Amino acid sequence: MDFASYAIDLVAVLLLALGMKGLAKVRTARSANGLAALAMGLAVVGLLLQLQPGPTAWLWIAAGTAAGGIAGLITAQRVPMTAMPETVALFNGCGGMASLLVALGVSLFQHEQADLVARISIVISVFVGAITFSGSIVAMAKLQGWLDTPDWTQSSLRHGLNISLAVACLAAGLALPGDPAGWPLWGLVLASTLLGIGVTLPIGGADMPVVISLLNSYSGVAAAAAGFVVGSQLLIVAGAMVGAAGLILTQVMCTAMNRSLVSVLFGGALGAKAGGSVGGGGDEAGYTRIVSCSPEECAMALESAERVVFVPGYGLAVAQAQHALRELSKLLEANGAEVTYAIHPVAGRMPGHMNVLLAEADVPYEQLVEMDTINPEFPRTDVVIVLGANDVVNPDAKTDPSSPLYGMPVLEVDQARQVFVVKRSLGAGYAGIANALFELPQTAMVFGDAKAVLQQLCTELRSQGVGTKTAVAA
Amino acid sequence: MSSLSQALWVLLLGSLLGLELIGKVPPTLHTPLMSGANAISGITVLASLTLIAQADGNGALLLLGGLSLGFALFNVIGGFLVTDRMLAMFSGRKTKGAN
Repeated sequence: MDFASYAIDLVAVLLLALGMKGLAKVRTARSANGLAALAMGLAVVGLLLQLQPGPTAWLWIAAGTAAGGIAGLITAQRVPMTAMPETVALFNGCGGMASLLVALGVSLFQHEQADLVARISIVISVFVGAITFSGSIVAMAKLQGWLDTPDWTQSSLRHGLNISLAVACLAAGLALPGDPAGWPLWGLVLASTLLGIGVTLPIGGADMPVVISLLNSYSGVAAAAAGFVVGSQLLIVAGAMVGAAGLILTQVMCTAMNRSLVSVLFGGALGAKAGGSVGGGGDEAGYTRIVSCSPEECAMALESAERVVFVPGYGLAVAQAQHALRELSKLLEANGAEVTYAIHPVAGRMPGHMNVLLAEADVPYEQLVEMDTINPEFPRTDVVIVLGANDVVNPDAKTDPSSPLYGMPVLEVDQARQVFVVKRSLGAGYAGIANALFELPQTAMVFGDAKAVLQQLCTELRSQGVGTKTAVAA
Repeated sequence: MSSLSQALWVLLLGSLLGLELIGKVPPTLHTPLMSGANAISGITVLASLTLIAQADGNGALLLLGGLSLGFALFNVIGGFLVTDRMLAMFSGRKTKGAN
């Protein structure tokens, strides 16, 4: 029996590693995901064979499986693709919660069997699990717009608060191994949960993807710690793998946004001092040389363009305009134009998020061009259409050292011959910063909802006889 | 003691494996990868199951274990399915005009 469960564990680890490796390649990603799921199932079966749970235990296993499984199934099917970052945050928080509860159970009721290593692991599991949970929930709530960034969190007050919470965690963590079922445990749970909130709350929405990625890494650490608590090597390997992989991904995201992890975590919300990102009225006063144009004029420019680049941003996804965009690009292709999509590494709300959204609308993978490849192409581009993107096309990031965005790699759309920016209003972007692109002579604003504007463009182009043979009902 | 040093080796090698596996990833796959890795981190189900099986009829432990299992499985099932949903869009290119 022992040998069999060892063998199953080894196969499961192997499959998990292969799955993770496969997830990093476009062609193998989907089957790799299945492979990882299979590995997980195998690990569970192997463990159940080894544990031989009694009838009462089976009842609770069934209840937990039914509740978690059905909730997961429904959430995974219902959630819109635009809400993917929030969803990952939610799942992640629940993973952290699971590790926390296991450590809590062992600490409260099985501490006699727990040696010093297990007790130290309990401290880590509770601490990281609680931070992962509360931090992920705050991240989700902020992305959903349920939570704002309170003003006090932008003052140095929060550092004092967080440091006191961290000290409280440390004190409780040191006391816990000697008194595993008493006040240190509850103190640690409380202080870590508050610390998770205190650290995540001040972080601005633009930096949230980095935070989610980091919390994802934490949940791996929490799982590995839980592995030490219950003595499961498989859990330790898998947790460590996810923890390390999460760190790499976090690093990749930070590089893409030109933010250091330290400034994301301790620097406060980007642009918070530049005024709220919601009130459009105050921000509009900053612009003086805005040229706006109608969809008809924009359609005329498109009709004669040979090279068109779309710059999609999160605003496009919010307006659910991916399909309308795909339709417009089909029309332009039928008209002989070369159409590509410029994808900033952090377009959408997470690296790769925009690729998922455009794939949903059947945009061919080859037409999605990454920033470093497309930037040299902008000078020979006739028309650039910016759809719901803002900060990632702000030329200030390259030229104005006083801009909070300075140094962030951006799409150099200002090099193109003509730029149309489709936007609802002149409100500031996600980071709350004015965009110098809007005032350039070659830029014209097309005000309106992205989807409505795209549909108008399609209608306009069709009425001029462009690409009639590929016309599809909207 | 030997089991501790063994566990620490496992931890070290697992971390190195994680660093190695994710070395080069096209940006397209960052979101699915994050979501997939997140599902894998739900492997805490193993700890939840152990807790339940070794509860010895302790009601509070069973409850904690059951709750923990529910949370972990929510992470696992939801995570894998949602990742599959995303990845299906990359591969299912043949079905054109799905509007």
